[in-house]
Amino acid sequence: MTAYETLRHFADSYGLVAMLVVFLTLCLWPFRPGAKHHNHSAAHSIFKDEQDGQ
Amino acid sequence: MRAEAALGRTGLWLGIFLLSVIVMATAADWGFAAHATIVAVVAFALMVMSALRFDPLGRAQGFFRMPEGPSLYDDDVVRWGVIATMFWGMAGFLAGLFIALQLAFPQLNFEPYLNFGRVRPLHTSAVIFAFGGNALIATSFYVVQRTCRTQLAFPGLARFVFWGYQMFIVLAASGYLLGITQSKEYAEPEWYVDLWLTIVWVSYAAVFIGTLVRRHEPHIYVANWFYLAFILTIAMLHIVNNLAVPISFLGSRSYSAFSGVQDALTQWWYGHNAVGFFLTAGFLAMMYYFVPKQAGRPVYSYRLSIIHFWSLIFLYIWAGPHHLHYTALPDWAQTLGMVFSVMLWMPSWGGMINGLMTLNGAWDKVRTDPIIRMMVMALAFYGMSTFEGPMLSIKSVNSLSHYTDWTIGHVHSGALGWNGMITFACVYFLVPRLWKRERMYSLRMINWHFWLATVGIVFYASSMWVAGITQGLMWREYGPDGYLVNSFADTVAALHPMYIMRASGGLMYLGGAIIMAYNFWMTVAGHQRDEAPMTDAPYDPDADRPIVQPTPSTVPAE
Repeated sequence: MTAYETLRHFADSYGLVAMLVVFLTLCLWPFRPGAKHHNHSAAHSIFKDEQDGQ
Repeated sequence: MRAEAALGRTGLWLGIFLLSVIVMATAADWGFAAHATIVAVVAFALMVMSALRFDPLGRAQGFFRMPEGPSLYDDDVVRWGVIATMFWGMAGFLAGLFIALQLAFPQLNFEPYLNFGRVRPLHTSAVIFAFGGNALIATSFYVVQRTCRTQLAFPGLARFVFWGYQMFIVLAASGYLLGITQSKEYAEPEWYVDLWLTIVWVSYAAVFIGTLVRRHEPHIYVANWFYLAFILTIAMLHIVNNLAVPISFLGSRSYSAFSGVQDALTQWWYGHNAVGFFLTAGFLAMMYYFVPKQAGRPVYSYRLSIIHFWSLIFLYIWAGPHHLHYTALPDWAQTLGMVFSVMLWMPSWGGMINGLMTLNGAWDKVRTDPIIRMMVMALAFYGMSTFEGPMLSIKSVNSLSHYTDWTIGHVHSGALGWNGMITFACVYFLVPRLWKRERMYSLRMINWHFWLATVGIVFYASSMWVAGITQGLMWREYGPDGYLVNSFADTVAALHPMYIMRASGGLMYLGGAIIMAYNFWMTVAGHQRDEAPMTDAPYDPDADRPIVQPTPSTVPAE
């Protein structure tokens, strides 16, 4: 098999599955247990500077 | 500045000046010589300035009334970036109106420097890279400092990024008019300008990542994820697509490292991801910071913003082949591009909904705050063009729409509606804060700008839909004898009224931007227009009283 064929077979088998797993993990990461508080504080972080007074 | 430092700097500029004079004299073609002249003039001016320790930048800062003294955040580059955004925006819109009129009235093609083929890339680069790019640089430096609660890393390098980027714009734009192009859409600048941009862009990444590294907030806010994706992906796209071998090191021409269909695919892998990561990811970063800020409410769902981010990253990069339907590109690659484009619809709408729902509980601001109104319209156009895009990428639709003005209409509903509107809203948000003013000179002028721009886009998009479908149908019409019914010139004649409508839409959009420039200037000058507020519940003190004694009816009861 040529290098091209080896690579393309890898890409449409293990490569594809690995990409999918990484993608799903990244998407589901903010839904892990205990993340709710973290998401809330991240969303509000941009307003922290308004309370400091300059 | 100490004397030795001034001397060293003068020497440096003298060296660059002499080098560019030598290049000018030995250049292989006159376009390269013209660009060497530009570099020589700039180097000479900088040499004289450092020798005389003359500080025109300080004067210009006085002229633009930039606040002096220590600022908590390093906002000088941001202020310059906003000024550059305004300037290049006007230049780009004007160039767009000019080429729109050229299509309607071909007499306006002034050969050779101002014909359509040369001004069109000037327009696209001016609005995307000069207007959009400066807006992205300015807002990214603003947002990354605020969200990380720290100052810019490498302030000197940040200034180099800004001025180096302006140099890139000048070289690219003058090159187009002189006929220097490598004929790759949205990547027209030749090899030496590409190398310069690479240096500037790597410096940009260094400043941005450096600031992230020295942050005082533990979490990196999602807007910065989008900015970072934009900076890193553009670096990768720019370098790979512009791999080329110059014919001569003193000439402007080069050959691409790719050929044939590989070249086409690389080009559209670049071209579509320029849309995806420059015009989408970068501007979404603006959306995720400035919309919540202006609404005074956190983003609707932080989780959704993260899903939005990763879906864009994983899906967008595959969508490029939809630009090459029914070409020599293998069928599977075309289908891949189509499928990923259709899949992109969902995360895009997720992001749009996330932005719009941020206003939940503050929808009244759409009525009273023209900046919020602009943001809502920007998000609506983001949603509309991210629906239209996947639809156009479907092969059967594409067979009708490809090469027609429908594509142009689609691009402009995204560019004028989404990128333009969100940028205007951000500039209106930024200017009073950057120049320490209470508010913009006039809110009512923002409202005028909003309506002129919106109606302008409606004219633009609707006329191009009609034009595109007309063109597509006329091109494919066969007679009973099996021959095409229409010649190309027939379609051009049929589209003439649509082209005039499109140009009038562009004129309105430019008119709105002129109002913005005036508003910007008056705000910077420190004025506030005395005007009625945007909403007013009417109050009449005479009517505000109880009925003391009922007056007898003049008409007797029957």
